[in-house]
Amino acid sequence: MAQGALPEVWVLVAHREGAVRKITYELLGKARELAGEGRVVAILLGGGVEDPDRRFGRRGADQVVLIDDPRLAQYSTEGYAAALAALASEHPPPLLLIGSTAQGRDLAPRLAARLEAAIVTDCQTLAVEQGELVATRPMYTRKAIGTVRLARGRMWIAVVLPAVFPVPAEGDHRAEVRKASLPPEVPIRTRVVETRAIERETVPLTEADVIVSGGRGLRGPENFALLDALARVLEAAVGSSRPPVDSGWVPHDYEIGQTGKTVSPQVYIACGISGAPQHLAGMSGSKFILAINKDPNAPIFQLADLGVVGDLFEILPRLTEAVKKRKVAG
Amino acid sequence: MEFDLTEEHRLIQTTVKDFAAKEITPVAARLDQEARFPSEIISRAAALGLMGVMVPEEYGGARMDGVANVIVQEELARASAGVQVIVSVSNSLVCDPILRFGTAEQKRRYLPALAEGRSLGCYCLTEPSAGSDAMALETRADLRGGEWVLSGRKLFVTNGVEADLCIVYARSEEAPGARGLSAFLVEKSFPGIAVGNVEHKLGIRCSSTSEILLDDCRVPAENLLGGRGEGGRIALATLDGGRIGIAAQAVGLARAALEETSAHVKERWVFGRPLSEFQATQWALADMATRVDASRLLAYRAAWLRDRGERCTREAATAKLIASETAMWATHRAVQLFGGYGYIQEYPVERYFRDAKITEIYEGTSEILRLVLSRDLIGSRGSTPR
Amino acid sequence: MNIVVCIKQVPDTEAPIRVRSHGGIDETGLNLVMNYYDEHATEAALRLREQFGGTVTVVAAGPERAREALRQALAMGADEATLLRDAALDAADHLQVARALAAFIRPRTADAVICGKLSTDDNAAIVGPALAELLDLPQATAIAKLEVDDGAGRAIVHRELEGAVEVLEVPLPALFTVERSLNEPRYPSLPGIMKAKRKEIAVMDLAALGLSAEDLGTRGATLATLAAPPARTAGVQVNGADPEAAVEAIVSFLGERAKVL
Repeated sequence: MAQGALPEVWVLVAHREGAVRKITYELLGKARELAGEGRVVAILLGGGVEDPDRRFGRRGADQVVLIDDPRLAQYSTEGYAAALAALASEHPPPLLLIGSTAQGRDLAPRLAARLEAAIVTDCQTLAVEQGELVATRPMYTRKAIGTVRLARGRMWIAVVLPAVFPVPAEGDHRAEVRKASLPPEVPIRTRVVETRAIERETVPLTEADVIVSGGRGLRGPENFALLDALARVLEAAVGSSRPPVDSGWVPHDYEIGQTGKTVSPQVYIACGISGAPQHLAGMSGSKFILAINKDPNAPIFQLADLGVVGDLFEILPRLTEAVKKRKVAG
Repeated sequence: MEFDLTEEHRLIQTTVKDFAAKEITPVAARLDQEARFPSEIISRAAALGLMGVMVPEEYGGARMDGVANVIVQEELARASAGVQVIVSVSNSLVCDPILRFGTAEQKRRYLPALAEGRSLGCYCLTEPSAGSDAMALETRADLRGGEWVLSGRKLFVTNGVEADLCIVYARSEEAPGARGLSAFLVEKSFPGIAVGNVEHKLGIRCSSTSEILLDDCRVPAENLLGGRGEGGRIALATLDGGRIGIAAQAVGLARAALEETSAHVKERWVFGRPLSEFQATQWALADMATRVDASRLLAYRAAWLRDRGERCTREAATAKLIASETAMWATHRAVQLFGGYGYIQEYPVERYFRDAKITEIYEGTSEILRLVLSRDLIGSRGSTPR
Repeated sequence: MNIVVCIKQVPDTEAPIRVRSHGGIDETGLNLVMNYYDEHATEAALRLREQFGGTVTVVAAGPERAREALRQALAMGADEATLLRDAALDAADHLQVARALAAFIRPRTADAVICGKLSTDDNAAIVGPALAELLDLPQATAIAKLEVDDGAGRAIVHRELEGAVEVLEVPLPALFTVERSLNEPRYPSLPGIMKAKRKEIAVMDLAALGLSAEDLGTRGATLATLAAPPARTAGVQVNGADPEAAVEAIVSFLGERAKVL
């Protein structure tokens, strides 16, 4: 078998109430690379999905398998697991890619146990070598990178970190749509009582291209408004290190680091963050790091591509204005 | 020989380290600056069982050994020597003598409250003219109408302000020196006992140090600790344990200096490279680590001997001597390696430096410890004051 | 309620991890602790027991040294502890470990099985949901809030999704994996440690679980190598004393280098 060429790769479409998440396209790009001339299949599970998005085809899918069933209108572990297990037992693919979202992480291991598939999570690279799937993944809170090999002769499930693979350019490829159905008897024992949107988060941290993040140097909750203003003009998400969370300035879901989220945006803008190891564990995978801190010895500067030693209260408002101007001009 | 800590010891270490890092370290600098007694931390420490480490379970304690106590005290001192001394005094200078010399009734009456943190203890030995020469103390105890009546002035009493129970040493017998002394369990609520001057200190500032004034203080006969004339023996036996506690405090301080400095020198750049890449820095850290290790092992040895019921006066003195001098030396090195940052309150090493000094002074100055040790070596009494 | 908590012993996350030249990590002098998500899992179980009575059983699959993590859970207040110890588990993958844990839990008819959201050594987050499947229990992962109505036999949990909180009703028995924000774990008290010392930690091998090596299934995933992460190096540092100049440098960095403008 040619290096990296799989006859078929499946991608589970990640969406919430029909809104497709960016990671889906990242996975389609990777799936195409792994499949070569083989077939890339997007699996779309939902309720009330009439016509699947054309973008799956334009981003590389050859086929969209749609299971449209009211029981899948909302995500449930058991509903999704049953749907995928039904598809896979009919026609097991060599590889299924699932995005590392709250749903993906909830679903993939359960599905792997059901299908006796080999599973690897948190993948940041994927390749096929000598008939095995080879994935690298951060371990020990990013203090080491592990290489995991999934055995040949098994179905593979790889849960892939967001923002590690590029979104492929849109082409004019079109995917055929195949409709499948959910088995009649599927026990779904959990019930979603409600889903409460967290108001302020415009872009989810784990998907954002740009993250503006604040630390102890912000001195108080009111100053996060400076970050919000910059984030608005940059279309960025706002995060924080642990001290602002521990001090109750921002909610827990802001936290980036060992005890919070792990992110890898294109640019990470650290404002008033000293760079404790616990924080670095969550953001050192960022492609570019910009740090603003008044202490020239702050450890964050040791890994910042651009370090600005200065007063963030002076710099941030001016930066927001400058970015605004450039956007208007550009 | 066995140098491994037991599973329980390691578990205690992890627990107290975690507790100290979460509950003490974040407020340690503020407690020091404000010289504020950390009542909340002490009650949380009590809930963990840290106020009665060696007290048996029937009296509300954890019934752990002295090695465990060394581990606890080191971890607390790593975060704050001021918080630690409050705990250490309760364990080593108050609970310990009650356990060793108290009657069943005295144990029942005082230990559970001390171990559970409902009551705090202090140890009243030093007087204006009896510091290193403690056995020359002059506070009087007279038996009048079936009660002891105590009069005198005690100095430099750790926990003096907050303590509910004071172990007071006083002269009750005709015999001179140590043989004329007795120990008393004096509740603060007894008539005639009061807190005098409260000192302003260089270090360990969140613990109180004060005078305790006794003016015809009436103490029930059953509150005599041990026998009449046994006070000197009790004081000295207590000090063996106390010195092990201070050795552990000094180890914690020296380790704090070592750990903060190790982290700092990697972050601090001078002449285009991290401070850690200069050999002078590397050697200083190696020496600090060596001395911390040696001090800790000697503290463990003294505690281990004491746990076996053996005499450990020499070993306790050795441990305290090396550990306290290590703490002073290591914190001094730390301040120097931090440079200007070592001299300001934004970084913790200046606090360690101030806190370390007391370890060379209380519960036997370095000079007294050298005297104890040399006496043991050559048996000379020639230079012994009185 | 009878609750089983699955725990793991991992390197302290504050400890430096040294990767050995031939893969794996150097464990000498490494401080090993209970995975902190598992402390939250244990705390959740203890609170349920305090609320409804019952027993808390902790189980770990791992080497002999993992006893220490079990001892910590006992010192926190767990009633019973078992170590699943078998040479066949040494190189097992997550699904195989889940099968061993399932064999332990199945005969115990637990009302709830609680795991940490993930373990901080391999970060895999596989065992919990896989275990739910093997035990045929409904699951709720990464929960930040747990309210149990014992009478009604159900739980209401909160899960943090990207940009939303999902409120989920889960019938018991169920499996939960827990977030750090669920609770504040208690410290084991010194008297608790002494009580735990006197408790027996049961050890079971595969045979005692009624399993053969084949029952674990074949290994699907192998950690082939472990490497130190690529080092990041410091880039350009600019003095921000003049905020206008600093802003200019930042804008050009965002536009020309990072290409996000």
